[in-house]
Amino acid sequence: MTSSSALVDVQGLVKHFPGERAFFGLGRPRAVVRAVDDVSFAITSGQTLGLVGESGCGKSTVGRTILRLIEPDAGRVLMDGLNLLTLGGRELRALRRRMQIVFQDPYGSLNPRLTVRQTLAEPLAIHHLATGADAGRRIAALLEEVGLDPGFARSYAHELSGGQRQRVGIARALSVEPQFLVLDEPVSALDVSVQAQVLNLLADLQQRRRLTYLFIAHDLAVVKYIADDVAVMYLGKIVERAPAPRLYAAPRHPYTTSLLSAVPVPDPTAQRPRIVLTGDVPSPAHPPAGCPFHPRCPHPKKDARCHTEPPALREVAPGQLAACHYAEEPL
Amino acid sequence: MTEPLLRVRDLKTYFVTEHGSGTARAVDGVSFDLYPGETLGLVGESGCGKTVTSLSVLRLIPEPPGHIRPGSFIEFAGRNLLTLAPRELRAIRGNQIAMIFQEPMTSLNPVFTVGDQIAEAAIVHQRLSRRAARARAIEMLKLVGIPDPAQRVDHYPHQMSGGMRQRVMIAMALVCHPKVLIADEPTTALDVTIQAQILELLERLQAELGMAVMLITHDLGVVAGSADRVVVMYAGQVVEQAPTPDLFARPLHPYTVGLLASVPRLDAPSRARARLHGIPGQVPAASDWPGGCRFHPRCPYAWDRCREEEPPLLDASTGEPGSHTVRCWLLTEPQRRTGRPGS
Repeated sequence: MTSSSALVDVQGLVKHFPGERAFFGLGRPRAVVRAVDDVSFAITSGQTLGLVGESGCGKSTVGRTILRLIEPDAGRVLMDGLNLLTLGGRELRALRRRMQIVFQDPYGSLNPRLTVRQTLAEPLAIHHLATGADAGRRIAALLEEVGLDPGFARSYAHELSGGQRQRVGIARALSVEPQFLVLDEPVSALDVSVQAQVLNLLADLQQRRRLTYLFIAHDLAVVKYIADDVAVMYLGKIVERAPAPRLYAAPRHPYTTSLLSAVPVPDPTAQRPRIVLTGDVPSPAHPPAGCPFHPRCPHPKKDARCHTEPPALREVAPGQLAACHYAEEPL
Repeated sequence: MTEPLLRVRDLKTYFVTEHGSGTARAVDGVSFDLYPGETLGLVGESGCGKTVTSLSVLRLIPEPPGHIRPGSFIEFAGRNLLTLAPRELRAIRGNQIAMIFQEPMTSLNPVFTVGDQIAEAAIVHQRLSRRAARARAIEMLKLVGIPDPAQRVDHYPHQMSGGMRQRVMIAMALVCHPKVLIADEPTTALDVTIQAQILELLERLQAELGMAVMLITHDLGVVAGSADRVVVMYAGQVVEQAPTPDLFARPLHPYTVGLLASVPRLDAPSRARARLHGIPGQVPAASDWPGGCRFHPRCPYAWDRCREEEPPLLDASTGEPGSHTVRCWLLTEPQRRTGRPGS
């Protein structure tokens, strides 16, 4: 993955949330939450990077800081060589049209007072793309493209099922003809039969429109179906990054291995080694010293070095990066 | 086979819909057995009636708008739970049949310590003294794998993580050593590494305490790993039930087949942008189930008979008669399955 072919290149992204003062703002300030701590990756044009991790690992914050829905503290986000984080005004708006987001919750992300038509007309008007009858035609075409009858244009969000709402959310993102989509858990609120429909739709759209995706998810099985490359996050850091077939077949970080082994497989005859991690994910306000994973790490070689020296994310096999002192001896 | 512990027959739980205009037949003629010591998986998507079924067993359906229809029958230890007096029911609920819910954040009371909440059932049902109940609560916290149980017993739910709270919920449910545990999506709100911990815990406790578990879930992976038998629900009915190995090796209802094909699988060969075979359309509304077979509008094999006549549960067992049943006319005309779907 060379950065020359990359549409989106994220370098050293940092977002620390200041600790709020306890007791209605009168107490002592709490520790800083390192939600995103030096995250770098590039996504090749037309490809999908899957960003996976458990609750609180910072994956959604990465998606939002890239689009500057949350302002990052440091780092660069290059799109076609332009640094999104230093742009302002008209330039930023022009770049933003090329990058859109689809949210997890199709119930919370659509305005209940707007019809589908109004929801889709808004971005068209903001970016001066179409109005009036022209907008109407484009909206009908968009709805058809996401597999909805154009008659849905007159519906309100509450009249739609979860899967239909998520299709409207995708149509809204597509309305401004973006090149890059951040998909933040786009199918995790959906039932499994509907989830399959929406995943297939996303794959079709990507091919037809040559879209580039950042697919944020907690479900490694879902990511396996859609991603070309996968990055695994733990406590604000990427701990492993590799082409998808490599990551699933030969993970090098013990967290990736454990995560994969914990995913239930719908096959009662499956004989898989199961690693059950002990304990909970530590608070990102108080990450452990050394390797952030060391308190839960099942690796037999774990030693004093893991407690004190944070492992760097380094190439451990061609195209595969892992942040583990013992990545050469995977679990 | 031994006698079932819990026998559900023709359970119908209906709700008056929001505008009072119709009836939602959320659970519409469900029958199944739960045997001592087994884990029965109750599987289906949103709105299939799996949660309403489990709430009906404990008579936790709010009335109105809901009601369990006359003719429904839920037998536990030789008695019909649906006709018990409230006092008799209370002696069973939380004592011999206990339940854990999906959402450990909202199912615990924020103003009581976890110790008080675990002890409550022991005080009510087993007439333990406060001191003995507290000792029991500490013992239960230890049993469910919470470190420092003697300190944790005085903590409030907000001081605990999601996984810890689910352990507390399990401790609460098991404090009276119930014969039946109903677990409604016990791991759905949890991260996958924590889910693995909780499933392992439930497995261990079931073996230690010898209880039967009714596991309600939408996750076929969880069922494959935990259940002995599976009941698949669709549109308020049981559409297929079978021993777990049989169901996964030989799914027969087109809905079961479609559901299995919809699941992204970690054990599938790695192919980016491989297509999943979803089920077209969506689950119909409970106030308006389709006539004939309720799955026919989404079924690739449906023919005239499916549109006109509702299929009964037909026996498809290869082993013990009645062990694998399927609500589908294809069983009477298996040659239709080999034809091209939809033609």
